Amino acid sequence: MTILTVRNVNKRFGGLKALNEVNLTVEQGTVHAIIGPNGAGKSTLLNCFVGRLEPDTGTVDFDGRSLLRLKPHEINQAGVSRVFQTPEIFSDLTLIENVMIPAFARRDGAFKLHALESVRQERDIHKHAMMMLDDVGLTRQAEVVASQLSRGDKRRLELAMCLVQDPKLLLLDEPTAGMARADTNNTIELLKQIAGRGITMVVIEHDMHVVFSLADRISVLAQGTVIVEDLPENIKGNIKVQEAYLGGAHL
Amino acid sequence: MLANSRRGDRALLLFFVVSVLLMPFVAAPFGASYPDLLQKFAIYGIFAIGFNVLFGLTGYLSFGHAAFLGVGSYAAVWMFKLLSYNVVPALVLSVIVAGLFAVLIGFISLRRTGIYFSILTLAFAQMMFALAYSVLTPLTNGETGQQVYTGDPQYLALATDPDTTHLFGVKMNEVFLKTEFLGFEAQFNYGYYFAAIFLIIAFWIALKIYRSPFGLMLRAVKTNQNRLNYTGINTKPYTLAAFVISGMYAGLAGGLLACMDPLAGAERMQWTASGEVVLMTILGGAGTMLGPVLGASFIKYFEAVFSKINDHVLHDWFSFLPDPIANLLTVIVSPFVGQGWHLTLGALFMVIVIFLPGGLMEGINRVMRLMRKLGGSERAAMAGHPGRVREGEP
Amino acid sequence: MDAILLQILNGLDRGSAYALIALGLTLIFGTLGVVNFAHGALFMLGAFCAVTLNKLFSISKVTIDPTKQDFLGNPLQVKVPYLQAWFGDFGTALMDWSVPLAILFSIPIMLLVGLIMERGLIQHFYKRAHADQILVTFGLAIVLQEVVKAFYGANPIPTPAPEALKGSFDFGLLLGFGPDKIIYPLWRLVYFCFAAGVIGAVFAFLQLTTFGMVVRAGMADRETVGLLGIDIDRRFTLMFGLAAAVAGVAGVMYTPINSPNYNMGMDFLVLSFVVVVVGGMGSLPGAVLAGFLLGILQSFAAMNEVKSFFEAMFLPSIDQIIIYLVAVIVLLIRPRGLMGRKGVMED
Repeated sequence: MTILTVRNVNKRFGGLKALNEVNLTVEQGTVHAIIGPNGAGKSTLLNCFVGRLEPDTGTVDFDGRSLLRLKPHEINQAGVSRVFQTPEIFSDLTLIENVMIPAFARRDGAFKLHALESVRQERDIHKHAMMMLDDVGLTRQAEVVASQLSRGDKRRLELAMCLVQDPKLLLLDEPTAGMARADTNNTIELLKQIAGRGITMVVIEHDMHVVFSLADRISVLAQGTVIVEDLPENIKGNIKVQEAYLGGAHL
Repeated sequence: MLANSRRGDRALLLFFVVSVLLMPFVAAPFGASYPDLLQKFAIYGIFAIGFNVLFGLTGYLSFGHAAFLGVGSYAAVWMFKLLSYNVVPALVLSVIVAGLFAVLIGFISLRRTGIYFSILTLAFAQMMFALAYSVLTPLTNGETGQQVYTGDPQYLALATDPDTTHLFGVKMNEVFLKTEFLGFEAQFNYGYYFAAIFLIIAFWIALKIYRSPFGLMLRAVKTNQNRLNYTGINTKPYTLAAFVISGMYAGLAGGLLACMDPLAGAERMQWTASGEVVLMTILGGAGTMLGPVLGASFIKYFEAVFSKINDHVLHDWFSFLPDPIANLLTVIVSPFVGQGWHLTLGALFMVIVIFLPGGLMEGINRVMRLMRKLGGSERAAMAGHPGRVREGEP
Repeated sequence: MDAILLQILNGLDRGSAYALIALGLTLIFGTLGVVNFAHGALFMLGAFCAVTLNKLFSISKVTIDPTKQDFLGNPLQVKVPYLQAWFGDFGTALMDWSVPLAILFSIPIMLLVGLIMERGLIQHFYKRAHADQILVTFGLAIVLQEVVKAFYGANPIPTPAPEALKGSFDFGLLLGFGPDKIIYPLWRLVYFCFAAGVIGAVFAFLQLTTFGMVVRAGMADRETVGLLGIDIDRRFTLMFGLAAAVAGVAGVMYTPINSPNYNMGMDFLVLSFVVVVVGGMGSLPGAVLAGFLLGILQSFAAMNEVKSFFEAMFLPSIDQIIIYLVAVIVLLIRPRGLMGRKGVMED
């Protein structure tokens, strides 16, 4: 079942056409990767899914409703979670607090004036959050302040924050950016686990190793246009893709 | 210092209640145990606690909170004029009116963040200050300030009511007990305890907020508002709620000020008065529970004390030294005391922001940690977290 | 028509002050990324440089003139300034022109003050949050004004303009209107021209010199400039000193218009920040433009006709609040200000 449909999306920035008639369909429970050389428009496209940018024309439909003109929190409440290129977490709070907040958001909605209740008494939320930290392997650091984590661990925390909301769609913007090999492999394992639970994922990536380990389908974006959309094995030998990259791929 | 636990919070609350109730004794050795000053400790403590809910938790720096203080005062005085000197309706109106203003100003100002927000609040406060002196003079009485005149209706006043602010007959400024503590005079008056009750309630509410999911969201706003939005939380109502809550605290403080002295003047709304509550909160320790009250008391105390020190007093202090040195010291210290209190305050503020951004509370915590370490308990020292005060520290 | 022109002229002197202060604020923000709440205090310090020079020049010796008597019947004490005693007419002229001369006096002082401020305090706050910068510079502003208050007292100290420039100028005649239609105080005109000159000099410096070019590059992209091996820190430090000097001379020349007082800095600072925000934080032309615009706007709002008009619409005392109202409206509709760069401090 198609869960995300992007149709005829165009976006111009002044004289530059960043996105040109982009079409994309993502089936539920699959991992769909978006690759392409630098400047191809991948991040621009992602920003159109998350309420940061409005496309000039086109539609973005998710689970039966349009994602356009929604605010970021509304998009999240619709079931879309995202991970940022540089992990965005609550640095001054502890890990457990970091994961409890999205849990609260899922349970209580976008706003609730729960000013006289006590966080300590929220056992269920606490338990759920601890489970997520277990899943990503950060149990022992639950009471650590998030700013002290390594980059790889911050990424895991961010993923835990997304998972606790049981998202229908998980958007990942270069999840292994800036990571060394060991960290990257760990992240791939974690992402595979997440995919194994049936969570739909859209991944923007540069690291081909990551892409080919995870993706069920790949869209290749170059200069704002989707040049190919196919299964991974067909992408590998594709001449057009190789031309687009001109040696930029890490194979 | 105290872990984030039920017991820790209870102990904190108990400590606070006891300190506040015994304040006339505690203040006596410092020469501070008289009604006017004690009341100021309590009232500005309330102001600072409320400001801390906004600034300490969300990080939004408002330079316009004095406007709510002023509005609260004016509202209270109008109740005195129209109804009676009974403080109850006055306070109710103070909080409501201040809250309404806070909704309006907050709604507009919070459309922006960071310094834009600060300037917006400053702009609104200055606007209200200017208006209070000009157009709103029917309400505010301009420079003279608003007070109760013999011609005022006071519709609900009974013949038996006192001719000053009271709570159902109990006069606010009446001193019901004068005693000695450690050789210093301690005065107990109704007004202080009236304000102190509100202070305790204010503290309790702030503690609840701090420990609540709402408080958690506010702290998340401070550290990464963007992330919070993408996590499905609509941050605007959260920040507005924090703003209005802190505005209502300020309104209550303003109303209480009028309860102690039924006079409301526009100078309370000047941006320098807003600056003062910023100073109090930061000096005490923003984001902590005890910090704001500590900072408020500290500033009000030294304001009272310093203004009494003049060259004669200084010379007396230094009289045990040979005359030329005594004279020199007097000259050096003189600009910092008496009329120069603001100089000392400004310098102290800078020192705190530069070296001890967690304020006096951070200083106290560090000293306690040091003492624990010296006391031989290495484990206990490790349990404390270095640097900034975080959740769990009072 | 002439009334309108007069109001425009009236707004120019305050507008010039706003523009100069806002220019310095934006320079500091654009180069160092620091929000400097002590900038108004620098303006005030400049004004007090003029006061100091005036006082220095006026140091007098007291002689007794036995031939005359004061109202109590004692021999008259005559105060003769040393300058006059030593240099006669030249000395008197020096005293008369103390305000313009104070420009020369204040520039090195303000440069030094700026450098000390930057190296001693501000540089430690580059990486800290804007709130912390505001707070520490706010504290510094209080300290500076209190120090001045301790030395000079709490009352305004009149500091007159040179005799030759004290009068009024019949502007109307110049523009072809009838006589006595538009009369404008000469010194205010001088101030405006002076401000325009300073602004022009700053822009010329930034546009035409290599140093200025490097600074502009650094304002646009600090990291890249550093990667090019250019020591941007030293240049930025000098820019701070320059901004302090600009604020200082603005204060010097303003003294005849409004007697300097220890808290004049704060008054101007609040409004100057509003100006900077309206003009667009990070935009130098924006700051200058907004400064003049808001000064003129304030002047218009003080016109009786305008005031009555707004009074009827329940907005009395419009001149007091117009700047703030405009700021609120601008911030809400166009948060980056008139000419701000997109993305500077937007949420």
